[in-house]
Amino acid sequence: MTTDEALGASSGMDPDARIALYRLMYEIRVFEKRAYDLFLQNLVKGTSHLSLGQEAIAAGFALAMREDDYTFCTYRGHAHTLARGVPMAPIMAELLGREGGLMGGKGGSMHLTSIDRGVMGSYAIVGAHLPIAAGAAWSAQVRGSGQVSVCFFGDGATNIGAFHEALNLAAVWTLPVVFVCENNLYMEYTPIAAVTAVPNPAADRAAAYGLERILVDGNDPEGMYRIATSTIGRARAGEGPSLVEAVTYRHGGHSRADPAKYRPESEVNEWLARDPLPSYRASLEASGVPASELLLVEERVAAQIDEATEIAKASPVPDPQVIGTDVWSDGGSAWRN
Amino acid sequence: MAELTYRDAVASAIAQEMERDPFVYFLGEDVADAGGAFKASVGLLERFGPDRVRDTPISEEAIVGIAMGAAMTGLRPIVEIMFSDFLATCWDIIANQIAKTRYMTNGQISLPLVIRTANGGGSRFGAQHSQSLENWAMAVPGLKVVAPSTPADVKGLIAAAVRDPDPVVVFEHKSLYAAKGEVPDGELVDRLGTARVRRAGENLTVVALAAMVPRSLEAAEQLAAEGISAEVVDLRSLVPLDMKTILGSIRKTGRLFTVEENPRLCGWGSEIASLAADECFDDLDGPIVRITTPHVPVPAADGLEDATIPSVARIVSTVLERMA
Repeated sequence: MTTDEALGASSGMDPDARIALYRLMYEIRVFEKRAYDLFLQNLVKGTSHLSLGQEAIAAGFALAMREDDYTFCTYRGHAHTLARGVPMAPIMAELLGREGGLMGGKGGSMHLTSIDRGVMGSYAIVGAHLPIAAGAAWSAQVRGSGQVSVCFFGDGATNIGAFHEALNLAAVWTLPVVFVCENNLYMEYTPIAAVTAVPNPAADRAAAYGLERILVDGNDPEGMYRIATSTIGRARAGEGPSLVEAVTYRHGGHSRADPAKYRPESEVNEWLARDPLPSYRASLEASGVPASELLLVEERVAAQIDEATEIAKASPVPDPQVIGTDVWSDGGSAWRN
Repeated sequence: MAELTYRDAVASAIAQEMERDPFVYFLGEDVADAGGAFKASVGLLERFGPDRVRDTPISEEAIVGIAMGAAMTGLRPIVEIMFSDFLATCWDIIANQIAKTRYMTNGQISLPLVIRTANGGGSRFGAQHSQSLENWAMAVPGLKVVAPSTPADVKGLIAAAVRDPDPVVVFEHKSLYAAKGEVPDGELVDRLGTARVRRAGENLTVVALAAMVPRSLEAAEQLAAEGISAEVVDLRSLVPLDMKTILGSIRKTGRLFTVEENPRLCGWGSEIASLAADECFDDLDGPIVRITTPHVPVPAADGLEDATIPSVARIVSTVLERMA
């Protein structure tokens, strides 16, 4: 794996930004662990797809985005939603199917959306959101707003038609969109290498759309921030789309019910040793950030997740009256007179 | 009042809305330089420029996906899917994404967009370019669906669709593109969800859609010669459905016939038949009769295609037989 050396070794991040990056990653880690605990308690219903191990990508990109930039993500979207600053409580309440949920219980874990924070949706049909993200970028382009659309997806999405349709049109129209492939090596339960014609499912396809080959270490938070800054900057400057492949690993299974027994133990251990959280923590300490400061961050996040959990649990179940609301913009669902 | 073809009325509607609202954009395959495969967007590129009238690759998922992303961020896109049969290649974006996003996000996202598509048979194009798929769209909660039968209606309903805050699928009929009709001068904006009684009658109600409307009107003319007075309701809109007009007509005539180009199973007429049976059973003097394309793919040969899609002769003979 190679980080793009041309981008420079230094992230140019000041100490506060580095601590902010760690805090975002830590928030995601703690949230996802709590979501898993609540699933084991049968409080999180339905399915959920955790980003444990993949935090650096969401955090690095979110920190590099402008407040009005757009995030499009997948059903594995808790991390990206949190990273844009959406509070924990409404996300947790949504996972619990409560009235106080981010979408009042109508969306669930796989469809987290908060347009106030630029989270333009979590999409649960693999690859579908790439053209949609390109559309938001097109809108930003013709409105001259300077906004950039950032679209996160998994390695599995690189083999579906929408990926190729979106990349082609984004390149042809020079759209301000950054496509970010989080390659966690597994397409659900199947190694991506077993079902893909090229070793790097996104980076090796970039040339087909006239794009630069960008392959980065998805477990390197500052490396992610660097590549985010440069690709988002290019998009904002009118230089068109980028396709980033960030190689990472999910610590758990595909979804909540998956024990991930199909992965060799040695591989899992190798990647656990490269867990981005402890390694980034150690690197911050080594660079002079006092341990006490990191501890303070961790204590605050711990209090935050406890509070969010309590708020979510205390939220009532939704009133069945809402079943018939908001199909249409008039607030209702009438299909006849 | 000017006489326009249906295809010119389409272009006129798009132009009217692009003129009015700078956030209306139009894109699709061959729509700009070529003026559309059915020449329904001739002149738009010259008038509004390549920024707002755009040719796309043959990438239906990208076309409707881009429209969705643009609609949620401030534009009001109109997209053309050249043949309605091609909706199958982007049905995920339409049915899973566009139709459901407002609901799933608890109303956070609105999608003011229009998908125009050439629907229906009569062109001897065979089974992959001749389908009537309006009932597919009708079956998905979150989509509004219209299928105009006249030049004035296609202009007014496209304009209404563009101004509507929700996604609307407009099924234009490819065998109607050359049809001429009076279109009022000046701005024309119709209302979604409204049917029209095209011909008043006493003995039976015929509910028809798109190309089946002129056929039903001609059939009504022939039935009149047999002493049978048929009322013809042009449905125009499948979602929302104007049941008031339909039920009002049935209460007057006591009989209901639907004339549908979509294949038999779960065609739009089955829903109307069900609602009519439920809500005005006592007003019915005989069985509800559906005249539809049989449940087969549309064949290519002219003789076969003509025998497949409901014809004037089939409408007349079915009515005579069932009214006897």
